[in-house]
Amino acid sequence: MLTFSPVSVSFFIMALFTIGGGLGVVTTRNLVHAALFLVLSLFGIAGLYVLLEAPYLAVIQVLVYVGAISILITITVMVTRRLMGIEETYNRQWPIAAIISGLLGAGLIALVVAQFGALTPVADVPVDNIEQLGRAFVTHQGFLLPFEVASVLLLAAMIGSIVISRDV
Amino acid sequence: MLIEQYLPIAILLAIAIVLSLIVVFISRIMGPFRPTAKKLSPYESGMTPMGPAVRRFPVKFYLVAVLFILFDVEVIFLLPYSILVQDLGVYGLITVSIFLTVLTIGFIYEWKKGALEWE
Amino acid sequence: MSDFVIFLIDALVKSLIIVVSLLTGFAYTTVLERRVIARIQVRIGPNRAGPFGLLQPVSEGLKLFFKEDIVPNEADKVIFTLAPVITAVPALIVLAVVPLGSEVTIPFLNYTTSLGLSDINVGVLYILAVTSISVYGITLAGWASANKYAMLGGLRSAAQMISYELALGVSLLVPVSLAGSLSLGAIINAQDPVWFVFYPIVGQVAAAIFYIAILAETNRAPFDLPEAEQELTAGYHTEYSGMKFAAFFMAEYMKMIAVSAIFASLFLGGYRLFGLEDLLGGWMGPLILAGKVVASLVFMIWLRATLPRFRYDRLMSFGWKVLLPVSLVTLVLTWVVIVLELIPVAL
Repeated sequence: MLTFSPVSVSFFIMALFTIGGGLGVVTTRNLVHAALFLVLSLFGIAGLYVLLEAPYLAVIQVLVYVGAISILITITVMVTRRLMGIEETYNRQWPIAAIISGLLGAGLIALVVAQFGALTPVADVPVDNIEQLGRAFVTHQGFLLPFEVASVLLLAAMIGSIVISRDV
Repeated sequence: MLIEQYLPIAILLAIAIVLSLIVVFISRIMGPFRPTAKKLSPYESGMTPMGPAVRRFPVKFYLVAVLFILFDVEVIFLLPYSILVQDLGVYGLITVSIFLTVLTIGFIYEWKKGALEWE
Repeated sequence: MSDFVIFLIDALVKSLIIVVSLLTGFAYTTVLERRVIARIQVRIGPNRAGPFGLLQPVSEGLKLFFKEDIVPNEADKVIFTLAPVITAVPALIVLAVVPLGSEVTIPFLNYTTSLGLSDINVGVLYILAVTSISVYGITLAGWASANKYAMLGGLRSAAQMISYELALGVSLLVPVSLAGSLSLGAIINAQDPVWFVFYPIVGQVAAAIFYIAILAETNRAPFDLPEAEQELTAGYHTEYSGMKFAAFFMAEYMKMIAVSAIFASLFLGGYRLFGLEDLLGGWMGPLILAGKVVASLVFMIWLRATLPRFRYDRLMSFGWKVLLPVSLVTLVLTWVVIVLELIPVAL
């Protein structure tokens, strides 16, 4: 049921940020503006995480996506002058693309509504779940192997970025 | 409820945004507004501005941002362990050390390849 | 009144108190800075407006109100206006998770509340997240101005701030590990008998690295490269005038105050001082914290008057080649010390 509680009002505000930001990203012609709309959208998602009682995920979302990845995107976009103000937004295939993405979107919404109903309460999550996460990361009962593999992934990314930037 | 902890922060955020907007617009309202072409041109130590402000920048800035993301993710991986150091004892220390060792290899590589040099 | 309304009023009043204290703090930090630096340079400093020059910030603020607001022709108007907002907001909200004192009862209303807006259980991460946002303001200001000096200043400071943010994050994990919690309240409580800065080696090294990193984050001397006037005019705010310029200025000083309070909470026991914080019905706590903040501010000003500015390449090497490795080693050392139970850890 749709009721006016602080949670539902906050949800709609956050959803507005997320969707509005997303729309901004694809509609604006200025790339720096697009990057900033992306940041707005990511903030909205962080707010949604808070409402889902996952504050750790929310701050990580801000820290990594807003505070690191989007900064990289913004800086990169800022220094590439030629990409500014692209005039042509639509090409000839846009009606087909619109129809297909509209159908896909409708299908997804139908699927989600059919599967989960309109609004179901979230499962009870223990609020203090960072300890469980820590335990899961570094013990073999948890996800020790993926955790160690993640370090190899980061290593590969590190080496890759250096190799690419030195070749240019 | 968790929202009781985060609603105050949202309220502070709203106040902060409103206040900053007031600060930013107050000169527009109270100050004079007499633009001239010279006044509105970019400041370049009194010379006539030459060329665009946005030029090509060293790839170094980009590399620093990428390396920052990687180390930032590393810090986040270490965070949940940090609050459990005593609980997990020697076992936890060993597993985290493996994680850190792999990344230290990357750090040494980065250093030796000169990715940390600014010339 | 329903509980929810009381809760809202509580949050609103506390938020307003935080904002007003930061603004007042900002105004008087500028006076403090000018007077202290003047004394160090054997001058007198501004002492004409009001007693001891205490009305100086008021007169300067009023002057800036009536200055012309210039938006350069080629600037991106929207982002040019938004950039000071994006810079000022993080400085205003970062104190939300810092406990400013223990519980107090407000006289006449008989209402008991904790001092501090919201001690969330991911407080330390919140601080990191909010500081990482403040990179945007400066970078965007530099870009939106469409000015070469501003652009270069903005990019430089973005690279500087993200580099030092790493050392900040890693050294932050030391008090987190020692306290076994991400909440600032728990970290302050864990320092009840002994402040973390007094823990041998790990405490001092972590505190030193953290302090250096916050100097770089707030663009204070000797890390004030973004506004190196000999090379970059005024750096990222070259094109700003009037209150928009004041917003950057305001953000810098409010950040100084906020990070000083965070530093005090992480390493210097926060609002606690050997049980003195319970005096005056708990109202002593905020005063103790304020005392520690002022001490830290004076130290920052002293550093500015003493140290010359870093050269940019040395600044970047220092961040990546000294601070980051040293902070990582300190963190591992802290963990070893905790695991081997060489020092008492509060849990």
